[in-house]
Amino acid sequence: MSLLQIDNLTVEFETSTGWFRAVDGVSIKVDEAEVLAIVGESGSGKSVSMLAVMGLLPATAKITADRMLFEGQDIQKLSGSERRKLIGKDIAMIFQEPIASLNPCFTVGFQIEEVLRIHLGLDKKARRARAIELFKLVGLPNAEERMHAFPHQMSGGQCQRVMIAIAIACDPKLLIADEPTTALDVTIQKQILDLIMDLQARTGMGLIMITHDMGVVAETADRVVVQYKGRKMEEADVLSLFENPQSNYTKALLAALPENATGDRLTTVSAFFDGNPEAAPSAGASA
Amino acid sequence: MADATLTQKAAEPVSSAQMRRQMLKEFWFYFSENRGAVIGLYVFVALVLVAIFASLIAPHSPFEQYREAVLKPPAWVEGGSWTFVLGTDPIGRDILSRLIYGAQYSLFVGLVVTTLSLVAGIIVGVIAGYYRGWVDTIIMRLMDMILAIPSLLLALVLVTILGAGLNSAMIAIAVTLQPHFVRLTRAAVMAEKSRDYVTAARIAGASPLRLMFRTILPNCTAPLIVQATMSFSNAILDLAALGFLGMGVQPPSPEWGTMLAEAREFILRAWWVVTFPGLAILITVLAINLMGDGLRDALDPKLKRS
Amino acid sequence: MSDIKTTDTMLEVRNIKRDYELPGGFMKPKKTLHAVKGVSFKLERGKTLAIVGESGCGKSTLARMITFIDEPTAGELIIDGKKMDTRPGHLTSEMRQKVQIIFQNPYGSLNPRQKIGDVLGEPLAINTDLSAAERRNRATEMLIKVGLGPEHYNRYPHMFSGGQRQRIAIARALMMNPKLLVLDEPVSALDLSVQAQVLNLLADLQDEFNLTYVFISHDLSVVRYIADEVMVMYFGEAVEYGTRDEVFSNPKHEYTQTLFKATPKADVESIRARIAAKKAASAA
Repeated sequence: MSLLQIDNLTVEFETSTGWFRAVDGVSIKVDEAEVLAIVGESGSGKSVSMLAVMGLLPATAKITADRMLFEGQDIQKLSGSERRKLIGKDIAMIFQEPIASLNPCFTVGFQIEEVLRIHLGLDKKARRARAIELFKLVGLPNAEERMHAFPHQMSGGQCQRVMIAIAIACDPKLLIADEPTTALDVTIQKQILDLIMDLQARTGMGLIMITHDMGVVAETADRVVVQYKGRKMEEADVLSLFENPQSNYTKALLAALPENATGDRLTTVSAFFDGNPEAAPSAGASA
Repeated sequence: MADATLTQKAAEPVSSAQMRRQMLKEFWFYFSENRGAVIGLYVFVALVLVAIFASLIAPHSPFEQYREAVLKPPAWVEGGSWTFVLGTDPIGRDILSRLIYGAQYSLFVGLVVTTLSLVAGIIVGVIAGYYRGWVDTIIMRLMDMILAIPSLLLALVLVTILGAGLNSAMIAIAVTLQPHFVRLTRAAVMAEKSRDYVTAARIAGASPLRLMFRTILPNCTAPLIVQATMSFSNAILDLAALGFLGMGVQPPSPEWGTMLAEAREFILRAWWVVTFPGLAILITVLAINLMGDGLRDALDPKLKRS
Repeated sequence: MSDIKTTDTMLEVRNIKRDYELPGGFMKPKKTLHAVKGVSFKLERGKTLAIVGESGCGKSTLARMITFIDEPTAGELIIDGKKMDTRPGHLTSEMRQKVQIIFQNPYGSLNPRQKIGDVLGEPLAINTDLSAAERRNRATEMLIKVGLGPEHYNRYPHMFSGGQRQRIAIARALMMNPKLLVLDEPVSALDLSVQAQVLNLLADLQDEFNLTYVFISHDLSVVRYIADEVMVMYFGEAVEYGTRDEVFSNPKHEYTQTLFKATPKADVESIRARIAAKKAASAA
């Protein structure tokens, strides 16, 4: 039984020019202790599909799926309060902009203790102890002092560590990381990615890494799903994807990497589709 | 080769007129979601039409006094007649006709006052927001002083100095409404000033005047438009208040506030003399405020969903 | 390429510094922030210098000084053989024409209320007396050159994607025929496929107009691809400076080495090594 199984997910938004399909029939599966990378460019729907699972999309979004199962349980049939018991506890998510993701009016200590209070029901002393333990776990120095800091007093990397601490506070079974390092510097990115992978290896939780950076995919993923304009283009294990990409779009993405440049100019996506990526067939293996 | 991620479906030339129509369509999509706003718009348009065609619509002249029909109740009440649908006032003038002509005053004053305070407020606000420093400090302290005095009181003082009448009332109300525009404009200018496109214009060699009014100002209009509708309704209310106190439009002009003033003593005896002008003010102001709400929702880019 | 100038140096920066005064607060002394602490380099015509660094290293401040947005606290700026007088109020239209900048954020660098035809025509309107028709022609020419079409002339920026907006920004920068272009992370906010297109466009334009680029980036793979010379900045100082091959094959400074180690590698060998290590760890 997979940890998370989504079959044929479609998400549509109403706009002034009609319905816009952000996710079109995407199926995703993640097992325990597995790292799945969902890679795509902007507009591929990679974030929207995970936000749909978490129930974080606005009410104007139309979400339909054949199946959305977490540990065998149908998420779609859950009521609002039942879903809230799951989100933040068994399924956690961290976002792209660390400083903006934390509430600027409250100290970081307050915010992490809030999670512990709501989901684990710990008392004040236990909360404080666990919060400090978590801060130490994510590598924040001076944990006791740090508890009283506000998000704007901390750097992006530190805020992301706080976010990770909040996410793993309740020992989630699945962690969804939505471009967690895109807004960070390269050296900080390495530290945060190492931290996330280390935590994943230790706790055995499932990890979904959403990114547009093929380098991050190469360094973290076990399996990869490639999305383009809301559709799944290819799904493969990471080695096969890089060695032997099946879909034209994946080939195009890999070829567009500056490190794979042959000659004077970079190969662009249009070179693979005669100038029309709309015609891209999902010629890859889709599970 | 054109970028494959082109947002438009076909790359045919788009004229300025087509562009405007498209943007209007998008605007209407967001505006029409707020039903109250749409109703407000329709009511407002109806009012404008009533004001424009007053001479054709009104059954009587607003000044004609019918001695034999003094204080006649509305048509549906016992004692009323359909010649005077909403009844007559203490000196025999038809209330419906006076209300219809009164719309002209209210809308005219709303328009003039809003324009005056908008233009003056924007110019002052842009200068304060762009130059900062001591210019900003002086301007804002001045605005703070104006805002510290209750607006009606300030308007009264100004009208007393300038002499009662329509023109002085308009100037007085415009002065009390201006600080809101100054504040809004200044805040918007300060927020936009540090954006990249302003820097780009500056290094292209744009003069401060060009930067202030052609580069930055067009990007600050959304909150100003919303404030303008609020000012419109405020102006109508303030004019009515001044009229009620006898310091605005003078009788026998059929302005709604002045009608209220004349009817003070008849609240119990002849309720229609007071109620209908009051209702007219209420409906107008409500319609404009609802429209303003809808405008804000439609113009706020953060709420946009496409 | 024959050159009538005696020197082929397009841009020379000598010991340029930029300090910021920070308000100290109540009763506290003012603090000085040394954003750029004395940077020097020379750049030949037609070449690309890549400036690499993380946030806070001063690379954007340096870019702003070279393009006359901010005034240097000390040091000299020599463009095309002429020493530049950077005091405020002494900027001439001629100086402005020599250097232009392209910003990182494609969503903020174009005026949302201006049709892009007007965006392109504005530098001409301010600095030349070309007629409206001539401006329109030049703007349309430039639109085509960057890969857009004349049908886009009347459109507003929000109708374009990020990559297209960067193209428009590039077109705007080129309207005044500059010799030196400073690009502040121009492709960082773009998707990978779009990044390739824009980088190709920049290379084409550099060949056609013999432009000199100062290319700021934090992405080492991009830098490796486009740079002739590389300068690494850290806390306001240039800690490494050399040709691209020199710097990449033999980084001398510790910070450069850290930077290289931290960049994720997207090649098959690294993946194989990682998977093998993971298997070994789980077997143990």
